[in-house]
Amino acid sequence: MNNGAKIKPGSTMERVNANLAKRYAKERRFRRMGLAAIVISLMFLGLLFGSIISKGYGAFWQTYIQLEIHFEPEDMDLHGNRSLEVLSAVDYGGLVKRTLREMFPKVKKRKEKRKLYGVVSNGAAFQLREMVMNHPDLIGRTVQVWVPADDDVDMLIKGHIDRHKPESERRVKDQQIAWVDELQRVGKIEKRFNTTFFTAGDSREPELAGIHGALMGSIFTLLITLGLSFPMGVAAAIYLEEFAPTNRFTDFIEININNLAAVPSIVFGLLGLAVFINFFGLPRSIPLVGGLVLTLMTLPTIIIASRAALKSVPPSIREAALGIGASRMQTVFHHVLPQALPGMLTGAIIGMAQALGETAPLLMIGMVAFIVDIPANMMDPATALPVQIYLWADSPERAFMERTSAAIMVLLAFLISMNMLAVLLRKKFEKRW
Amino acid sequence: MQFNTQVVSPVTPLMVCTDIELIAAHDNRKTVGKISVTNPRMRCRNVNVFYGDKQAINRVNLDIGRHEVIAMIGPSGCGKSTFLRCLNRMNDTIDSCRVTGEILLDDQDIYDKKLDVVPLRAQVGMVFQKPNPFPKSIYENVAYGPRIHGLVSSKSDLDVVVESSLCRAGLWDEVKDRLDQPGTGLSGGQQQRLCIARTIAVGPEVILMDEPCSALDPIATAKIEGLIDELREEYTIAIVTHSMQQAARVSQRTAYFHLGDLIEVGETNQIFTNPQHKLTEDYITGRFG
Repeated sequence: MNNGAKIKPGSTMERVNANLAKRYAKERRFRRMGLAAIVISLMFLGLLFGSIISKGYGAFWQTYIQLEIHFEPEDMDLHGNRSLEVLSAVDYGGLVKRTLREMFPKVKKRKEKRKLYGVVSNGAAFQLREMVMNHPDLIGRTVQVWVPADDDVDMLIKGHIDRHKPESERRVKDQQIAWVDELQRVGKIEKRFNTTFFTAGDSREPELAGIHGALMGSIFTLLITLGLSFPMGVAAAIYLEEFAPTNRFTDFIEININNLAAVPSIVFGLLGLAVFINFFGLPRSIPLVGGLVLTLMTLPTIIIASRAALKSVPPSIREAALGIGASRMQTVFHHVLPQALPGMLTGAIIGMAQALGETAPLLMIGMVAFIVDIPANMMDPATALPVQIYLWADSPERAFMERTSAAIMVLLAFLISMNMLAVLLRKKFEKRW
Repeated sequence: MQFNTQVVSPVTPLMVCTDIELIAAHDNRKTVGKISVTNPRMRCRNVNVFYGDKQAINRVNLDIGRHEVIAMIGPSGCGKSTFLRCLNRMNDTIDSCRVTGEILLDDQDIYDKKLDVVPLRAQVGMVFQKPNPFPKSIYENVAYGPRIHGLVSSKSDLDVVVESSLCRAGLWDEVKDRLDQPGTGLSGGQQQRLCIARTIAVGPEVILMDEPCSALDPIATAKIEGLIDELREEYTIAIVTHSMQQAARVSQRTAYFHLGDLIEVGETNQIFTNPQHKLTEDYITGRFG
């Protein structure tokens, strides 16, 4: 600007130049503030992810103990009868206990035996039962089976239990530590990938608890929410934006939609309880009711976003279509809607993400129950991922802490994949120039 | 939508200095010139347009003849676009807009309550100020109208309609190899000709053009003007323009609007060489507006 040329004192140029440094400094300050904001948010995000992953990754591994089981027909009280009924009634827990006693023959006292049995998870008996039911030919043979260790042993192996604390302050006793060390020495303890976590429902035993039930509950709930709230929200937005006359009534509706978007979610839960469960008599704890409640909650978000998307379509497109004799509906569906769809999808993503993370309204309609079975459809009792996280976070066992973080990771992964799908869909629609 | 430009302001800034004398001198805003033609395509009688409480058009009477190009000129905000948009009821899209009076298209009152605007707009097509092709392919842009009106029965018929429309709009040679490309990727002038092709593909009787060249460069403008001249053979064209040269070049009759009043109508030659009304004379000689 002032490349060598002499500037007259008092001229406009001089005054502009005097201000210039100040203006640029202001700009730099603003840029730095923005950058600082981003850095701080990234730091928090990193902290969040770091803490969740560092706490939760352990849950994907589970300690297993190798047992050498003799499926002796006499021990199993079979007496030649091999029907499934009899096979299912066998005392497999006794079989596990017998095997443990054989591994550590020195253990004689009742109290000590109890401690010994506590090294292996209760789930071992169920595992053996399932094995025998599926393969009755195992009877009479000796099989090496990896069974899950108890959650306290798991925590000990993972180093979450301090061996140097006095025995009374530990959940794992000195004797148990000795047995575990012995098993480890002979290679009969191993950490394996925790498939149970992804295939099982909830359980009181951390080593048997899984996320599958809650995940299915969330999927069913969200399917209902998406299936109801997206078409309804888009239809409402199209009507209000393109067809409805502007009068007091539509103004009133608009104000109320905006207000509903700000209503605390637990209120929707109470509404769902009163209307769907008490009035319509739908069962408690089912994804159908959860989906209906979350639909009520997400509708305002989707309507507002869809209306904004419709508003942003240039009016010239509408005029062009009307000008060659398209009816209003043809104008909307052939020209306006394709242009607005990406924006509507964005609104739907925000609404769905909100619904996925919602806990409070689900508590009100009973989706907070302890449910072991994996729901097979939307009428089966279920919990949802955030509720499962809430339940596990409340549990006293140390191993549940790990699983809480792992469940959060699953929730985040679900959320991210859902968003990615939506982004892909949006890209696909946007590609049409 | 078109609200902004069409509202009549009682005093437009350009007129501030001369306004008082002008109004004193020309209190009489009665239309000068011959408003009617024999066997008109459209006949407008006592047309008033209101936006809310504001009157944008005041008792306009005007005939639009067959196979003629009628130009509507006047300063900004004089109501010429508003009047044009009455002719195919595009003003219906504005909630606060109210039209009274009588507009006949071939003896059919287009503001009749029973009349359906969809066939009306197929008969009276419109080309807008800003080229507004659909965000679809060139082919789809032209094919859309015939398709929704069910004018063609087969794909090959549609191809014929698309080709002939693009030919008549003088665009065929430029786009025949890229019909599947987006219409929005064309240049401004090509886009406007595409919009004209889209309009004539429906086979209208009247084409309304609202400043079709205001966003175009002189070369594209010349092409469109040539096109208007050719289209006159088959269609009736009403064109709003800010360029008096353009009005003189393309039209047979010219109507001069001023603050919602139709001031003067007549043969284009006569309007530009020998205007009868003082306001018309002031406008075309560049004293204001």
